[in-house]
Order: sequence, then C-alpha cells, then structure tokens
Amino acid sequence: MIGTVAAVVRRDLLLAFRQRADVANTLLFFVVVVTMVPLGVGAEPNLLRAIAPGVVWVAALLAAILSLNRLFAADFADGTLEQMLISAEPLPLIVLGKTAAHWLVTGLPVTAMSVVLGVMFDLGAEATATLAAALALGTPVLSLVGAVGAALTLGLRGGGVLVSLLVLPLYVPVLILGAGSVEAVAAGLGAAPYLLLLGALALFALVLTPWAVSAALRISVE
Amino acid sequence: MIPWCAAAAIALCAAGLYVGFFVAPTDATQGESYRIIFIHVPAAWMSMFLYLVLAFWAGVGLALNTRLSAMMASAIAPTGAVMTFVALWSGALWGRPTWGTYWVWDARLTSELILLFLYFGFMALQAAIDDPRRADKAGAVLALVGVVNVPIIYFSVKWWNTLHQGASVSLTKAPTMAATMLAGMILMALAFWMYAVAVTLVRVRAIILERERRSDWIKELAPGA
Amino acid sequence: MLEARDLECTRGERVLFSALALRVEPGTLLRVAGPNGTGKTSLLRMLCGLLQPTQGEVRWREKPIRLLKEEYWAALAYVGHLNGVKDDLTAAENLRASAGIAGLDADEGTVRGALDAVGLAGFEDSLARFLSQGQKRRIALARLHLSGAVPLWILDEPFTALDARGVAELSALVARQLAGGGIVVLTTHQEVPVAAVRAATVELGREREPRS
Repeated sequence: MIGTVAAVVRRDLLLAFRQRADVANTLLFFVVVVTMVPLGVGAEPNLLRAIAPGVVWVAALLAAILSLNRLFAADFADGTLEQMLISAEPLPLIVLGKTAAHWLVTGLPVTAMSVVLGVMFDLGAEATATLAAALALGTPVLSLVGAVGAALTLGLRGGGVLVSLLVLPLYVPVLILGAGSVEAVAAGLGAAPYLLLLGALALFALVLTPWAVSAALRISVE
Repeated sequence: MIPWCAAAAIALCAAGLYVGFFVAPTDATQGESYRIIFIHVPAAWMSMFLYLVLAFWAGVGLALNTRLSAMMASAIAPTGAVMTFVALWSGALWGRPTWGTYWVWDARLTSELILLFLYFGFMALQAAIDDPRRADKAGAVLALVGVVNVPIIYFSVKWWNTLHQGASVSLTKAPTMAATMLAGMILMALAFWMYAVAVTLVRVRAIILERERRSDWIKELAPGA
Repeated sequence: MLEARDLECTRGERVLFSALALRVEPGTLLRVAGPNGTGKTSLLRMLCGLLQPTQGEVRWREKPIRLLKEEYWAALAYVGHLNGVKDDLTAAENLRASAGIAGLDADEGTVRGALDAVGLAGFEDSLARFLSQGQKRRIALARLHLSGAVPLWILDEPFTALDARGVAELSALVARQLAGGGIVVLTTHQEVPVAAVRAATVELGREREPRS
C-alpha cells in the first residue's frame, strides 16, 4: 500500500522534474501577483505591512487554482487515469499520492518563497515565520480540496474558470485562518490557535477528500 | 399538489404581509424600516435550509442511485439561489436606513454571500456537463463537499469578523419581539416554504419530462410530442 | 469466468446496445466485433468496471464486479485504445510507473525483460516522445508481460500501429495466455490471427447473441 503511494509520488515528481518550466511558472506567477499589489496600492510601508498576509494568501490561492488542471488532465488525456481507476490498490491511496506530489511542487515552493516576501513587506521575523508556518499547514488543504474541483471538472469545456468558481468558496476557511494567524502575531496575540485550527483542517481534508476525489474521478472518467 | 402549494403560498404570503405591515407595531428604535424583516429573515432561513435539503437529496441520489432524488437536487438549486439572493438584497435595503450603508462585511452577510457562490457553483457545474447522469453525480459530490464545508465556513467567517472588530455592526435584533411580529414572520416563513415546494415540484416535473421525452409513457401522455 | 447479464449502454440519448448477455469460460478468446460507433469500446469499458451500464451487470466468478472492485481489478489487465504512456518518461520508467499504479511488483530485471519481450531492447532508456506510435503501443502491451499471472485480459484494438512481427508476437502472447487458462477479450478490425482452441464472437450493431 505504501509502495503504491510512493510509486505514484515518485512518478509525478519525475514528470514534474522533466517539465520543470511548468512548475517554475506557478511559483513565478505567485511572486508576480504579490509584486503587483504595492504597485496598485502604493508603497506606504505600514499599509503594505497590514495587507501583506492577505495578499500573500490570496496569491497562494490563485497559484493553487492555476496549477490544479495539471493534477489529472494529462493522465486523463493519455489513458493513465483509466489504469489508476482499475488498479488493484485502493483509488484514494493513488489520489493521495498524486495530491502529495502536487503539493511538493506547488505548495512547498510557495511556502519557501513566502519567507522572501515576508522580508520584502518588512513583516518582521516572527510574523514571517508565522506566515510560512501557516502556509505549510494551509497549502496541503488547498491541494486536497482543489483536487475535488479538478476531478469534478475533468474534461469539461471552460474547466479552468469553473474550477475556480467551485473551489474558491471552499478555500475561505483556509484563507481566513492563514491570514488571521499573521495578523494575530502583528496584533501581539499568539498565532497558536490559528495554526492549530489550520492543522485540524489539514487533517480533516487529508482524511475525507481522497474519497471525494475518487468518487469524482469515477464519475468524470465514465 | 402543486396548485395547493401555490395557493397556500399566496394565501400565507398575503396573511403574512398583512400582519407584518398593518398589525405588527412600529419598532421603537428602527421605525417602519424594520418591516423588511418579514421578507429578509424567512428568505435567509430558507436559503440555508434549502442547501441542506439539496445536499440530502444529492446524497440519497448518490447512495441509492435513484434518478428522482438527483433531479430534486437540481430542481432545488435555483430556488435556493433565489432565496439567498433575496436575503442579501433585502438585507442591503434594510442596512441602508439602519446602519447607513448597503453592505457591511458582517459574518452573516459574508457567509450568506459565500452560500450564494456555492449555489452558483453547483448550478454552473451541472450546466457544464452534457450527460445528465454525470451531471447528477458530479453535482451530488460537490453538494456533499459543500455541506461539510458550510459550518466550517460559517465559523471561520464569524471568527474573522471578531478579529476585524472595526467594521462590525451588531445584527442582533430587539431583545423582545412583539407576538404579532413573530406571527408575521412565521406566516411569511410558511409562505416561502410553500413557494419553494411548489416551484421545486414544477421544475422537477419539467426536468422529468425533458429527460424522459424518449420514453414510452410520455409518448402515450402526449402523442404529438 | 466472466459473465454479463442484460447489459444496456446508452450514449447521450442513443441506445448503443441492450439486453446483451455473454458468458466467457476460462481459456476462451472473446472477440467483440462490429462497425464503428456500435459500442465496442463502451462494452470493454463496462467489462472493466470503468463505465456503469445503464441496465444489467457484469459478474466475475459469480459475483458482481460492482461489489468486488479491487479484488476484480487485481484479476484484470486492460490495454485501452489510449496507451497510458507518458512522453516525458523513458520506456523503462513508463513501465515501472504502470506497474506501481497497478499495484504489481516489478523490479528492474522484470521491467527490462518485459520490454525485451515486446522488441524494445535497446530503447529502454529512450524518452517515449522519441519513439514511434508502434513502439509506444509496445510499451503499453509490455504491461501484459508483467501481468502474466492475471487471468483476465481486456484489449481494445491491440493490433493497431503494430507491424507484422509485432502482430505475430502479440498473437503468440495471447495464445499462451489462453493455453494457461486465461480469458482474453479483444476488439479488432482485422481477422484475429490467434490460434485459439475456444473462441467466441459478439457482434455489436446486429443485436445478436454470442455464438461459439
């Protein structure tokens, strides 16, 4: 069982490595979106410090949404997904492997990059660390919940816009808790309850979404 | 059943509006404008309740593979979205004289808005899928994922709201409510109920006719079709 | 033993086939024939459990596959008309990934042996994007060499894009599977060049019961 997850993760990481330009583009998109904001609202440091967590999180949501179509579309087009659906191993495990690989090539780089952005927005050491920690806990939820949307919209016309419409409302709790944790630090309160709740959400999503994704994939591939 | 529900909806609505506008006393602090409550609160109740009903039928459809329950779910969605929209719209109109602004980023308003997005997402997904069987099942999965999320969204929005105390306006109503006010509201809620049942049944009938237009029993019913 | 009862398939509003029944005993080759658009691929996907029939059910060893799920899929190897081959992986990486997804154990030696058996010796480490259509088909078919102990093979147009030697090799492989008591279900537009002791044909598009 673990072997299957490992095999799927290994395969997807190898593919991501061979198509590394795509992976880099997602990260670049994240950074560019964040960079646009000071250009739009002005360079006043206090204002930027106040909105930085929200901006970084919204950009992280958008980057996650944009990368979602990579999750199943290629496997669907070349027939690999059919092989996954008739595997002797449980489908939720394979889904888990694919989502883990997706997180490793999108959520993890975004998390790492947030440290640099925290410095650019002059957040201070503690707030920057909190931002990174919140992203580390929250981005897996983005991948997991996003996978449901990606599986439901597989092969539909206008799938990219549709998936944002389906998934973004479901991202609301992660956005609130994630951005809230950094603001709590800035306000002198502890970030611990936010991070704990984010962790709880991540566990909850980890347990439930692979089943929802599996059901959605079976429906979409039919 | 449809004409009965429709008639009941009209009658209850008339009674509710009568009680609401002519019988119920004028509110001490808000004056006459509070009377929007008779539209607003029942609509808000229905918007949330209908999403639960939708998810229930979707779940039944997915578990038992019954086509009728999936059709019920798709028939409920537009009514739910209308209720959500009415709740938001009447809330905005109510907010203007009461708080001096059409919109505040209050926890209830914001989660109601997100609920509207969930309804739109459900309808958009079903509209994007050509095969009705796939549309039913995909919509059902989405509705179930959504219904698990609704309480999480609600509590997170509430929490977000307490963090941003600056903009918050307390929505809690006058502590004691005159009995006639309550009566008017309950009458209106029942009216909205009946409306929802009637409209949903009309819509589900249309869906059945559309989907089964090739089958024999419909051809017998309407040989010209 | 693979069995289908009262199968019906609809695509959109068109009924492709209905009341289709079949029963395939071990050691039998079942050929699904019929013109384009009569539902050959849909029937194979139903037999795989990828497509839910609008009516009826598929049974494996007397149990519905809808309930067996992974237990049934462990007994099944399916080569669809899509190869499931990634352009950005080498032949060997592709086959190893397929084995991992299917839940089969495949070490380096087994993988190379399977590629060797389908005539891809020397191409193990070439990226699939630089291989021809026929060679990609061979990567997909190499999965069958890994699935030697799997009793049921379902193959959708397995002979397309293969050259004469490839066809002969695949025929021999299918014959060996049948001789070992396996079941092979396939669609093809060509005459099946397999010397099978027991063979049956389902003709779609003519509403006919299988004859053997």
